[in-house]
Amino acid sequence: MDQTLKKDRVVRKPKKDKKVSWSLIKDQRQLIYMSVPLLAYILLFAYYPIWGWTMAFQDYKPAKDFSEQKWVGFKHFEFLFKDDNFLQVLRNTLAMSIINLVLGFVTAIILALLLNEIKKLFWKRTVQTISYLPHFLSWIIVTGIVATSLASDGIVNDVLMKLHLISEPVQWLSHGKYFWGIVGVSNVWKEVGWSTIIYLAAMSSIDPALYEAADIDGASRYRKMFHVTLPGIKPTIIILLIMQVGHILEAGFEIQYLLGNGLVVDWSQTIDIFVLKYGLAQGNYSLATAAGIFKTVVSVTLLLIANGVSKRLGEERLL
Amino acid sequence: MANQTISPGPAPTAAVTRPIRNSRLEPILFNTFNTLFMICLVIVTLYPFLNTIVVSLNAGNDTIRGGIYLWPREFTWQNYKAVFASGTIFDAFLISVARTVLSTLLNLGLTTMLAYTLSRKEYVFRKPITLIFILTMYFNAGLIPGYFLMKDLHLLNTFWVYVIPSMISAFNMIVIRTYIGTIPESLVESARIDGAGDFKIFIRIIFPLCKPVLATIALFVAVGAWNSWFDAFIYTSSHQELSTLQYELMKLLSSSMNANSNPSVTNGVGMTQGADMITPISIRAAVTVVASVPILLVYPFMQKYFVVGLNVGSVKE
Repeated sequence: MDQTLKKDRVVRKPKKDKKVSWSLIKDQRQLIYMSVPLLAYILLFAYYPIWGWTMAFQDYKPAKDFSEQKWVGFKHFEFLFKDDNFLQVLRNTLAMSIINLVLGFVTAIILALLLNEIKKLFWKRTVQTISYLPHFLSWIIVTGIVATSLASDGIVNDVLMKLHLISEPVQWLSHGKYFWGIVGVSNVWKEVGWSTIIYLAAMSSIDPALYEAADIDGASRYRKMFHVTLPGIKPTIIILLIMQVGHILEAGFEIQYLLGNGLVVDWSQTIDIFVLKYGLAQGNYSLATAAGIFKTVVSVTLLLIANGVSKRLGEERLL
Repeated sequence: MANQTISPGPAPTAAVTRPIRNSRLEPILFNTFNTLFMICLVIVTLYPFLNTIVVSLNAGNDTIRGGIYLWPREFTWQNYKAVFASGTIFDAFLISVARTVLSTLLNLGLTTMLAYTLSRKEYVFRKPITLIFILTMYFNAGLIPGYFLMKDLHLLNTFWVYVIPSMISAFNMIVIRTYIGTIPESLVESARIDGAGDFKIFIRIIFPLCKPVLATIALFVAVGAWNSWFDAFIYTSSHQELSTLQYELMKLLSSSMNANSNPSVTNGVGMTQGADMITPISIRAAVTVVASVPILLVYPFMQKYFVVGLNVGSVKE
């Protein structure tokens, strides 16, 4: 019975599009009551603000009506790309984002591979549970922990001194050259355990017969890791990469904002901080909105490109 | 120290370049290395947090002398007493609890209801509504337009600005919808034959059956609401009575980071009682513990749920 039903569905698939008719709408009125108010909600909160993008093409003055605003075309965008400050902010964002991306992926995959090799279930569970902990802490707390650990009398300097790797405490947070690395390592500390969840699930769905075949061929543990496990999670890695590519201009905001200080400002400011500084703090809404639009447009474009390339290569894709 | 989470250590590369012939020795070496690596990971993950707890339990003026690691030198509850005696922190704690509970309940109810309607294959508007929600995962109008929307809706400086803008998340909707897809269709059909409408089917059948996935979503939403501070920072910062715990912590953090030269700045907390005992560092440690303990008590028990939920969510649409 069940099987014939399924077959039926497959055959009829091309005809799936139903005609919208009044009787159908009447039949489904409860579904409509349940979903249309929520549709209105999302249109208001996620789509309506896009109207605000018009601010980027005006010299926006909050006191004036929309019809009285002065339209200036791409003036603010041109200003952005001639502005040394914005270019620096863009560089910082890209640098930290790429560092986060590479470090995040590599460490999570390595940790997942190593966790996967633990045979004692209790020990594996314990390590996993502990490794999730920082994910649940807010960035405020994590930044506090990072600042405490890196202070001149903090644990990092303490350990390095005791190992005689340095002769006097390093002022980690006062030098711009350390900032990107600190952000990258903090991100890894916070998210590495959490990121392994998806990889470990992908690993557990690899056909055990592949490992048995590799055993018969006399493959060592490392060969199995590299030639069975890694290819097995490749589709997962690709999907996650595509999703991350869309976020390349999102290097994070909180840690840079909270950890940054006057001494490292040339290295710490990201696009989000730029928007906050010019928009809400200085009231230059048009310029800040232009920077925000730039970020969104680049993100969506990159996402579509990554998705398209992946489709061409016959790999997994997101959309 | 933090490097240990990044580099896999020398052992595996050494073993790859120079294969070990002895097949009995190799697994032992690997397991030893792996166990050591995991112990390092556990230490690196737990130490900073344990140290924060210890600092919060140590007398403030003693902590400044340094050398506090995993055991308090001068044990005291003074820091916690100061935190809870301070009206600002306690009020912020209540606001945080209220927004977390309300956000979680609203999110669960509304997102599940939406997910149910979008799981009904016969629903005429299923495709357009699904697309409209999914697109919201990939773009964002940005900070400034969002701020003006809150202003136009008169949500600035109200409690509701914490709850209303984030009542539904497309990601959570997909997770729940995928889960609803695994519930046998015959349950819905038999209820329909008994004369139940969609709303009744949702309330009586689907919602109760979704408990495992709702546990995951509740955790995600609650953690997000509890940990957020940015909305308090930009939307309500002029109204102290609406401040949240994380925002108070943020203020403590920035004042103690900027005030290395002036350690007496305690953000108005605990100044009245024995100011020589209480330092910004100890107060911050105590608030950090208060702000993280509720979540840390819950998440280990939710592990089996969120692992499944996260993987359902990664299924491509």
